[in-house]
Amino acid sequence: MFAPLPAAHRFFEDSIMQSSTVFLTLLALCAISFFVGRHRSRLIGMSAGGLQTLHSLPKHYGYMAALWAGLPALFLFVFWMLAEQPFIKNIVISGLPDDVRAMGSAELGLYYNQVVSYANGNVDEAMVNDVQRAAAVSYQNLLGYSRGLKLLLVGALALLGGALAVLKVKPELRARNHVENIFKWILFTCSFIAVLTTLGIVLSVLFEAIRFFQNIPIADFLFGLKWSPQMAIRADQVGASGSFGFVPLLVGTLLISFVAMLIAVPVGLMSAIYLSEYASRRFRSVTKPVLEILAGVPTVVYGFFAALTVAPFIRELGESIGLTVASESALAAGLVMGIMIIPFVMSLSDDIINAVPDSMREASLGMGATMSETIRKVLLPAALPGIVGGILLAVSRAIGETMIVVMAAGLSAKLTINPLEAVTTITVQIVTLLVGDQEFDSPKTLAAFALGLVLFFVTLLLNIVALYVVRKYREQYE
Amino acid sequence: MSKETFRNTELIQASLKKRYAREKRFQLYGQLAVLAGFAFLFILLFDIVSKGTPAFTQKYLLVDVHFSADKLGVAPGAGEEELSRANYSGVIKASLREMFPDVSSRSDKRRLYRMVSIGAEYDLRDQVLSDPGLIGQRKDVWLLAHSEAASYLKGQVSRESPEAERRVKDVQMDWLDQLRDDGRTRSAFNTLFFLEGDSREPELAGIRAALQGSFFTLLVTFLLAFPVGVFAAVYLEEFAPRNRITDLIEININNLAAVPSIVFGLLGLAVFINFFELPRSAPLVGGIVLSLMTLPTIIITSRAAIQAVSPSIREAALGVGASKLQTVFHHVLPVAMPGILTGSIIGMAQALGESAPLLMIGMVAFIMDSPASVTDPATVLPVQIFLWADSPERGFTEKTSAAIMVLMGFLILMNALAIYLRKRFETK
Repeated sequence: MFAPLPAAHRFFEDSIMQSSTVFLTLLALCAISFFVGRHRSRLIGMSAGGLQTLHSLPKHYGYMAALWAGLPALFLFVFWMLAEQPFIKNIVISGLPDDVRAMGSAELGLYYNQVVSYANGNVDEAMVNDVQRAAAVSYQNLLGYSRGLKLLLVGALALLGGALAVLKVKPELRARNHVENIFKWILFTCSFIAVLTTLGIVLSVLFEAIRFFQNIPIADFLFGLKWSPQMAIRADQVGASGSFGFVPLLVGTLLISFVAMLIAVPVGLMSAIYLSEYASRRFRSVTKPVLEILAGVPTVVYGFFAALTVAPFIRELGESIGLTVASESALAAGLVMGIMIIPFVMSLSDDIINAVPDSMREASLGMGATMSETIRKVLLPAALPGIVGGILLAVSRAIGETMIVVMAAGLSAKLTINPLEAVTTITVQIVTLLVGDQEFDSPKTLAAFALGLVLFFVTLLLNIVALYVVRKYREQYE
Repeated sequence: MSKETFRNTELIQASLKKRYAREKRFQLYGQLAVLAGFAFLFILLFDIVSKGTPAFTQKYLLVDVHFSADKLGVAPGAGEEELSRANYSGVIKASLREMFPDVSSRSDKRRLYRMVSIGAEYDLRDQVLSDPGLIGQRKDVWLLAHSEAASYLKGQVSRESPEAERRVKDVQMDWLDQLRDDGRTRSAFNTLFFLEGDSREPELAGIRAALQGSFFTLLVTFLLAFPVGVFAAVYLEEFAPRNRITDLIEININNLAAVPSIVFGLLGLAVFINFFELPRSAPLVGGIVLSLMTLPTIIITSRAAIQAVSPSIREAALGVGASKLQTVFHHVLPVAMPGILTGSIIGMAQALGESAPLLMIGMVAFIMDSPASVTDPATVLPVQIFLWADSPERGFTEKTSAAIMVLMGFLILMNALAIYLRKRFETK
C-alpha cells in the first residue's frame, strides 16, 4: 500500500545536477558583472575628477550590473525548467504513430511515462516495444538539445544583461536608487507569495472538485446520507457506483469536535480565569509555559496516545459497566483532541479576559462582590463575544485536525451521534482516499479534493467570523 | 427604618456564608482545571516514556555457533563472494538445535528458530568475512534476539496471561529462562535504533533514514521560508503603502495561518506533483509544502520583531543619509534578528512535528535506505511514527514510543534555543 513510486528519481538527480551547473554558471556571471561594473564605475569616476563625481558608490554600480545579469536570466531559467518537460512531451507524442496517438489521454500518459522511464534507464528493455524505444531515443535527443540550449541561452542572456548595465555606467546614473527599486520589488514579491499560496490552494482544490461534481451531482454530495467511495473496477460489477454522501462525514467531524470542545472549553477557560485572576505571579509564570507544552506536542503523538492508550482504556471502562464501546470510538479521539486544544483555548481566553478594563473589575469588587461574583457577573459577560470568537477558532482547529482522527477514529462512515461508536471525519477520508497507489483522475481521488474544498471553506468561514468578533470586541474596550 | 436596616444586615450576613462557599467552590474549579491540564500532560508523557524506554535496550543471546563448512555450504578456501552467499541461517538453526537437543516437533523447532533475529545472519556473515579462519570452528557468539523473545526477557510478557493471546509461547519461555539462568542472555544499548533505516522486523528497525529525511525536508523548508518570510515582513513593516494590495496580502497571511495543514498537502499534490511533475515522496516537495505552511508564522513573528526596534535607530540612520533600504538592512534587521530567529525556530519546530501534509505527497513510503539528496524518496520522523503506530507487530509499539521520545527531544531542544534567544533579546 505504501510502496514508493519507482519512476524517474534517477532522472531528477540528473536534472538537478544539470540545473546546478546552469545555476552556478549564472552565479559566476553575476559575480563577474559585479566586479566589472564596480571597476568601470571607478575608472569613469576617477577620470571625471574623483569618485565624488559619481552619483552612487562604485559598489552600487556593481550591484546593478549583477542584478541586470542575474534577474532576466533567472526568469528564463525557471521558465525553461517548467516548460521543458511538457514541451518535449508534445514533440515526442506528435512523432508517435497514429494508432498510438488515438489512445485516450490517460492511457497515452502511461504510455509516455514508460517511454520516459525507459529513456532514464529505470525500466527494463523487455518492458517496452520498438515504437517506445524509438520514442525514447528521440526523447533523449530532445532532452540533450534542450539542456544544451538552456545553458547557452541563460548564459547569453546573463552576459547581455551584465554588458548592457556595465556600458550604461555614467557619473550621473542613479545606480543606488535603481538597485533599491529592484530590491523593493523583490521584497514585494516575497510578501505576495502569501496571496499566490491562497490562490494556489483555492484553484487546485476548486478545479479538481469541479471535475468531481461533473461525475457526481452536487446535491448528492451535499445531502447524501451514505458515504462509501468504492468505485467499480469493472463496469458490470455489483454496486458499481460508489456513493458520495457527505452528511455522515460532517456529522462525524462535528461529533468529535463537540467532544473535544466539552473537554477543552471548561478546562481551558477555567485555567485561564484562575491563572489571570487568582494565581500569584510566580505560580502563573511557571504554570503557563508548562501547560503550553501541550500545544507543542506533535499531533502524531496525540494520535498514538489516543489509539494505543486512551481508546483501549475507554473500551475497557465501558465494558466494565456493561456498555459496548467501539475500539475506535469518537469519544477517545475527541477526548485527546480536547487535550490538544486546551492551551489554545487557554491563551485565547487569557488575552481576552486581560483586555477587560480594570475599572470594571474594581467597580464590582468595590461594591462588595466576591471575586467569583465579579468574574461570573461582570468579567465573563463583558468578555463573552471575545470568548465565543476564541471558541470558534478552536472549533476550526478541531475540524481541520488530521493525525489524531486518522490514527484513532474509524474509517467507515456511520451516521450516528453516539460518541461510543466509531465515526469517520472529513480529514480521515481525505487521507484514506489519497494515500496509496491511486490514479489521479478517478472519482475517488477527486472526491478527496471536493472534501478539501469543503474543509477549506468551512474553516475559512469560521476564522473570518471569529476574527471579526474578536476584533469588534477589542475595539469596544480600546 | 432602623429595624429595616437591621434586617438587611442580617440577611446579608446570612447570605455571606453561602457566597463565601460559592467563592471557594469557584476557586476550586479553577484549581481543578489547572490540575487537569497538568494531569493530562503528565499522563501523556509518562505513557510515552514508560512505553518507549525499553526500546533503547536490546537483548542478545549467547549461542554456541558451529561454523561447519558443511552447513554453510562452502568449499574450503572459498572466495569472498561465495562466503557472502553462504547459508548462515542454516548454521544458526543447527547451533540452536544442538543447544536444545530435546526439541523434536516441527512446530517447536520453528519456535526455537524464531528466538533469534533475522539480522543475526548478517552479523555472522560479517564475522566470517573478516575472519575466514572461523570456518570449521566452534565459537560462542552473541546473537541479536527476536523482538518477541526480547519482550519476554524485558518482562513485558508474563506467563500468567493465556498462552493463546501471546506471541511468546510457554516452551520459548522455558528455553529463555534456561538461557538466562546459564548467563547466556545480555542486554545492551540499542545502537541499531539510531544507525538503521526502517525494517519489517521490529528489533532491526531504526530511525536513521527518517531522521535524515527530516533533516533534508527541514533544510529545504528553512532555505525557502526564512528569506522569503523575512523579506515579506520587511516589506510589510517598512515599505508597504496603505492600499488594497497590502490589505489583501495581510488578510491572506492571517488566513493562511489558520488553514488546516492537510489542505497544504492537497496544494502540494495538485500543484507540485501533478502540475510541475516534481518527484513524489521527495524531501524537496515536502520542504516546499512545509515552507508555505510555516511562512505565516515566520512573517507574523518577524513583523513583531521589526516593529519592536526602537524608531530612534531608524531615525539616526536616515539622519546621517542612509537610504531606506540601507537603514533596514544595516540597522533594523540586525537588531531585530534575535526575535526573527526565535520565530523562525518555533516555525521550524512546527514543521518538524508536522505529518498530515506529507502523507498527501507520498512521504509514507517504506524507506530502508537513508536519502542521499533532496530528490530521493524519503520519510520523516513523524511519518515514521505514524507508520510504526499503524503496524500490527507488537514490537513496534515500543519503537514508536522511543521515536516519539527522540522527536520530542528535538522539539524541546529547538524551543529551548528559542527561549534562550528571546531571553537574551529581552535583557538587551
